[in-house]
Amino acid sequence: MSHATTLRCRKCGREYPLKPLNLCDFCLSPLEVNYDYKAMAAAVSRDKLAAGPPGMYRYRELLPIESDPVDIGTGFTPLTKADNLGRELGLDNLYVKNDGLNPTFSFKDRVVSVAATKAVEFGFNAIACASTGNLAASVAAHAARANLKAYVFVPADVEAGKLVGAAVYNPVLLTVDGSYDDVNRLCRQLTDKFKWGFININLRPYYAEGSKTLGYEVAEQLGWRAPDCIVAPAASGLLFTRIWKGLEELAMLGLIDSVDTHMFVTQAAGSSPIVNAFNAGSMHVNPVIPETIVKSIAIGNPADGYYALRVARQTGGGGCSVTDEEALAGVRLLAQTEGIFAEAAGGVVIGSLKKLAAAGSIKRDQLTVAFITGAGPRTQEILTDIVRPLAVKPTVASVEELLNVSA
Amino acid sequence: MAKRQVMFTFPPEKIKDPLIFHLGVKFNLLPNIRQADISEAKGWVMLELEGEEKDIEAGIAWLESKGIRVDPVTGDIIEG
Repeated sequence: MSHATTLRCRKCGREYPLKPLNLCDFCLSPLEVNYDYKAMAAAVSRDKLAAGPPGMYRYRELLPIESDPVDIGTGFTPLTKADNLGRELGLDNLYVKNDGLNPTFSFKDRVVSVAATKAVEFGFNAIACASTGNLAASVAAHAARANLKAYVFVPADVEAGKLVGAAVYNPVLLTVDGSYDDVNRLCRQLTDKFKWGFININLRPYYAEGSKTLGYEVAEQLGWRAPDCIVAPAASGLLFTRIWKGLEELAMLGLIDSVDTHMFVTQAAGSSPIVNAFNAGSMHVNPVIPETIVKSIAIGNPADGYYALRVARQTGGGGCSVTDEEALAGVRLLAQTEGIFAEAAGGVVIGSLKKLAAAGSIKRDQLTVAFITGAGPRTQEILTDIVRPLAVKPTVASVEELLNVSA
Repeated sequence: MAKRQVMFTFPPEKIKDPLIFHLGVKFNLLPNIRQADISEAKGWVMLELEGEEKDIEAGIAWLESKGIRVDPVTGDIIEG
């Protein structure tokens, strides 16, 4: 048995049973999983967690699942001390959490794994999502593993090549003849009509909990402590809030000291409703129409935007956005200093980190963790202009001449 | 009868217009407000609309034609 007790409204606190629900019936705010932390504290210790399997389910006691997880080998991704990048940016204590090394190349495996497990527990025989990228691949892969049917909805104008990473797992792919808004509306209506586990609609409270494991892992990998600063991307804002929740839970369970981490939220300038609100000093996130090449975090109306904003404010953190060019420069900088090829969202994080360090918002000696949430190869077409090979003849002399070196 | 949970965002120049009342009367919809924040500079309202599906669609299209942004309360579903 897990230690989850109820679903609870994040705004008004009303409680609901642990069912496939995502909105408070009263105030229409999102629901989150509530736990019996006293029982949880009695069940976990640093030693017990550290002795667990080398993946996200070493933290199983802290997750809301009752059965064997639908696990494709997710989690415990590397936390790398990034000295080369740190030198470039003027940071002496910089780490990179490389979550692009999950089975389908993004952090989505963490959230989808928990949601797929709950889908099985709730008796759904299908899971569904709307996505053109990371989420689609992860949902399709977990459905394959769990012998569930997967339905993946995409707008009709998406190029077929983008769907290979999902199609390989053989989901039912449906292209919708309409705009992004039409796809959004259709999916909500389908959730009401069909007995499907819609991964980020009726399973969203459980889906969210998977992201906490990123916070747990970083704390454990740092020797059971929270970082001084975290820089992470935001699309819906869910991941950002749950990294924080993960750290707070560890402190509540007595596994780390109290958390004094400054949380910095980063977005692409062409889709930055949360950062806009932060900079405007507002607590209301005004929706925008995304215009950016950083597709994996291009959400104009973020469901958890308000809560992400609140975390950035309450922790004395900040918000930072970068242009598409700065994001691509960030991808190259990370690759060329640390050998880590991130997707463009990672470039947003590194580009923002550069600005935050230069502005003194993050100090040289602060232990800072930059979160890379997806790997670069899935969207490598955004970088094709960097391929400029030097042409030589098949002779040693030709190489020597071109490179101006000799043996 | 169908229900739809939506958020309306009003530009400052529309804040004084009684658009939710007109929406209800003109399209035979029952608006049930759950959260709102309105000041001279901004306004948003989160509510549930109850009525015939086609009337909800027509009402939302009418409101959008008046310059009001209409979003689902669940935020965007399509993720990268």
